[in-house]
Amino acid sequence: MSEKAKENCRIISQKCIGKDIYSMWLQTDKIAQSARPGQFLSLYTRDGSKLLPRPISICEIDKENSRIRLVYRVTGKNTGTEAFSRLHANVPIETLGPLGNGFPLEEARGKTVFLMGGGIGIPPMLETAKQLDADKKIILGYRDELFLKEEFEAYGDVYVATEDGSAGTKGNVMDAIREHALDAEVIFACGPAPMLRAIKTYALEKEIPCWISMEERMACGIGACLACVCKSKEIDSHSHVHNKRVCKDGPVFLSTEVEL
Amino acid sequence: MSKMNVKLAGVELKNPVMTASGTFGSGMEYSEFVDLNRLGAVVTKGVANVPWPGNPTPRVVETASGMLNAIGLQNPGIDVFCERDLPFLQKYDTRIIVNVCGRSAEDYCEVVERLGNENVDLLEINVSCPNVKEGGIAFGQNPRALEAITKEVKKYAKQPIIMKLSPNVTDITEMAKAAEAGGADVLSLINTLTGMKIDINCRTFALANKTGGMSGPAVKPIAVRMVYQVANAVSLPIIGMGGIATAEDALEFIMAGATAVSVGTANFFNPCATEEVVKGMEEFLEKNKINDINELIGVVK
Repeated sequence: MSEKAKENCRIISQKCIGKDIYSMWLQTDKIAQSARPGQFLSLYTRDGSKLLPRPISICEIDKENSRIRLVYRVTGKNTGTEAFSRLHANVPIETLGPLGNGFPLEEARGKTVFLMGGGIGIPPMLETAKQLDADKKIILGYRDELFLKEEFEAYGDVYVATEDGSAGTKGNVMDAIREHALDAEVIFACGPAPMLRAIKTYALEKEIPCWISMEERMACGIGACLACVCKSKEIDSHSHVHNKRVCKDGPVFLSTEVEL
Repeated sequence: MSKMNVKLAGVELKNPVMTASGTFGSGMEYSEFVDLNRLGAVVTKGVANVPWPGNPTPRVVETASGMLNAIGLQNPGIDVFCERDLPFLQKYDTRIIVNVCGRSAEDYCEVVERLGNENVDLLEINVSCPNVKEGGIAFGQNPRALEAITKEVKKYAKQPIIMKLSPNVTDITEMAKAAEAGGADVLSLINTLTGMKIDINCRTFALANKTGGMSGPAVKPIAVRMVYQVANAVSLPIIGMGGIATAEDALEFIMAGATAVSVGTANFFNPCATEEVVKGMEEFLEKNKINDINELIGVVK
């Protein structure tokens, strides 16, 4: 996969679309051309005190105009993501990508599929929904405020769960599945670990294949430093121990091959 | 063009720039961004006699102008390393330095002996990893233990031996002298500085291992000082490292007394850093009409 590139991308637009949630379009040279849904980009701050790249999942890919959309959460004061949120259109941003493997769309083509996103795990499901030719049931879990929901409606049936019950099912994505008595043959999911754990258990009970996108603290982003590993069920063919690299072997894994 | 080649224990490097162990894997991933043929040497991630799973996650956390890591020397073991990683590196016109880690003297010697039959230029003995309880650091913080392990390893080594020193000691020159007395051919320094970060919201350690090794630009002044001290205490050649991100950083180490330099954490924020350091050093020599990089080694007295 020598398609990844380090590029100085230009910011096309930057917009706040919810509390601490930002949507940024980037003009890329090559990155958009090879990007796939479920992959991510490493973004670098211009602040020398913040060294490490920030991995951010790809929300949309516009190959025609060679653009990438990132939707990300500002994680706190003086963070790298806060610095990104203050960058305006036309400003350059150092970027490495596309990184990771992405969702295996061919595994779900023509089938009934759950596309499940929780919190800031929702954005990568948008491009997945756009590109996937299948019967899509899109289940989105939020704490309270909704974002991106309308944009999903063009690509399938959208079901919402909120922790505070302010919209859709009160509870999480699993509660929404039960309330609407939904069924699927394949699952693609991205979200916090407890959500992925529940989805993995559900998929095992239903005996359906399930791919989950994992997250871990990263350094290099390209598979060299072995910081962002997750536990694998079998001995991994690259590491030769029970570890897989989230940045390189993932972030998307078959739920049965990783421990959560 | 100015002369960039340097010699370490009789091994000639086309230039003094190499990678710091643990930050570059075995070069495979970075070969998409860097022409490995441009580097003086590639120093591999530490390899042990058997596969090591490493520490629980989180294994890294950012700090101001630096980072902490506690990877725990995860590695696939010497067999896979020799079958997969070495043949990859051998395709390139660069020197190969294998970093060796272990939990006991026997572990180190087993790997060192095994590598004697391989086409490898130098061996770097990691006796200074702060993140593994039984391994490494036990040898790296006591001068007598360091001298003993150096002697032991030398018995089995066919290649010249680099002893990698820990900065987590009261007097690094004592450690350097011990390694020299044990028969080390080259010294490399500094390994990471033991640090800690606390997540005040979760009331927990930021790293699963509690402590981690600090690296990055923030540690550079400490590393330059230690290289200077060691260069003036022993007569062995030194590979200097600690926060090098640019040619200017690398030249500080050379002028402090290092014969070669390693780029480590900078690879994470600039995957092209190693090659850029080579280019920047060449330009510095040209611009300042210096014919030979060797003229700059230890010029600052």
